[in-house]
Amino acid sequence: MNRSTIDLWVGIFVLLGLGAILFLSLKVGNLITTGSRGEGYHIEAAFDNIGGLKVRAPVKAAGVVVGRVESIRLDPKTYEAQVSLNVEKQYQFTKDTIASILTSGLLGEVYVGLDAGGDTQMIADGGRIAKTQSAVVLEKLIGQFMLEKSSSGAAK
Amino acid sequence: MPAASAIVDGLRRVGGGTRRAIARMGFAARFAFAVLMHSPEGLKRIRLTLREIYFSGVLSLVIILVSGLFVGMVLALQGYDVLQRYGASESLGVLVSLSLVRELGPVVAGLLFASRAGSAITAEIGLMKATEQLSAMEMMAVDPLARVVAPRFWGGVISMPLLAALFSTLGIYGAYLVGVRLIGIDAGAFWGNMQSVVDFRRDIVNGIIKSGVFGLIVSLIAVFEGYDAAPTAEGVSGATTRTVVGSSLAILAADFVLTVFMFRGVGVV
Repeated sequence: MNRSTIDLWVGIFVLLGLGAILFLSLKVGNLITTGSRGEGYHIEAAFDNIGGLKVRAPVKAAGVVVGRVESIRLDPKTYEAQVSLNVEKQYQFTKDTIASILTSGLLGEVYVGLDAGGDTQMIADGGRIAKTQSAVVLEKLIGQFMLEKSSSGAAK
Repeated sequence: MPAASAIVDGLRRVGGGTRRAIARMGFAARFAFAVLMHSPEGLKRIRLTLREIYFSGVLSLVIILVSGLFVGMVLALQGYDVLQRYGASESLGVLVSLSLVRELGPVVAGLLFASRAGSAITAEIGLMKATEQLSAMEMMAVDPLARVVAPRFWGGVISMPLLAALFSTLGIYGAYLVGVRLIGIDAGAFWGNMQSVVDFRRDIVNGIIKSGVFGLIVSLIAVFEGYDAAPTAEGVSGATTRTVVGSSLAILAADFVLTVFMFRGVGVV
């Protein structure tokens, strides 16, 4: 094995290794957030409560993944969660679409469900969904149930 | 009194063995110090180190890449089987990446490295000693620590973190192949959950530190066992075995200690 071949292989090895570290840092560790690929359009939606929704969670319509959650932030004035959705261009939604935060199964992932209405006009890029439905918070549900139970018990 | 003398004999043997073991550790520490002292001299001839990176790093690539891929694929299959019972199969990416980056990558790559490269280093140095090449170098006023030992040591230290990172990367790719392509988990959930949980400082940097420490341990044990080997065929074979067994145990023990320090007080993710 002559010198330059060894040098070449060591160079390839070191590059591969550094590439792997870079991959781990960027893709796995998410050191810098990779920008959106610009293949979709944006829809804004405001929710009272987003539950466990995370950035990059899927956006589904009729169970089909049509986009991703791009950003989540709190509106300091209305105290509502502003969720920005990135939806693929091929899917257009009507203006009276309802966005709701749903969970697949009891412990599964949280996603945004879109239910299209009957309007003829479509939401444009940067448009806003007016009707939203918040996440179901299990503790509140249980609290409500307990309250009803106790009040019905008192009535007896 | 034959019984009493047998007891004394036994005690003497235990004492002698303990004394030799401690003396050997002292010699190992002195040797490690000497290697570090002679390193600048050895590293000046960078080509020697490059050659050792080739032998211990590049030639270990195939076994590291293939085992990484398969470990990742098995992790994905087994992990999916358990996670889907709790409806949490989207967390497969988190499970695989955390276990690979934090533990399996450095540890399994270290074990493979010890048996693939460490044993070769020990056998090479041991055989050089048995055939009196090291003595011949000393006669020619060439320092064997700088010329033979230091390049092998640093070659191993440099190769190990790169190999561990490649192992983890291939493992995650294998899990992606099985989880997303074969089973059909949503690719966005696979990567998204992974990215939201894996922390650069806590998980990835700690994993690289771990693999660096394992590289130091394996390389040091390998060059020491080779240098310390009895200059016979038997001595070299015994030293090679001791390298693999010793560095594997040392890796696992060091992994426990490092994990305690690194993840102490870190809540379950």
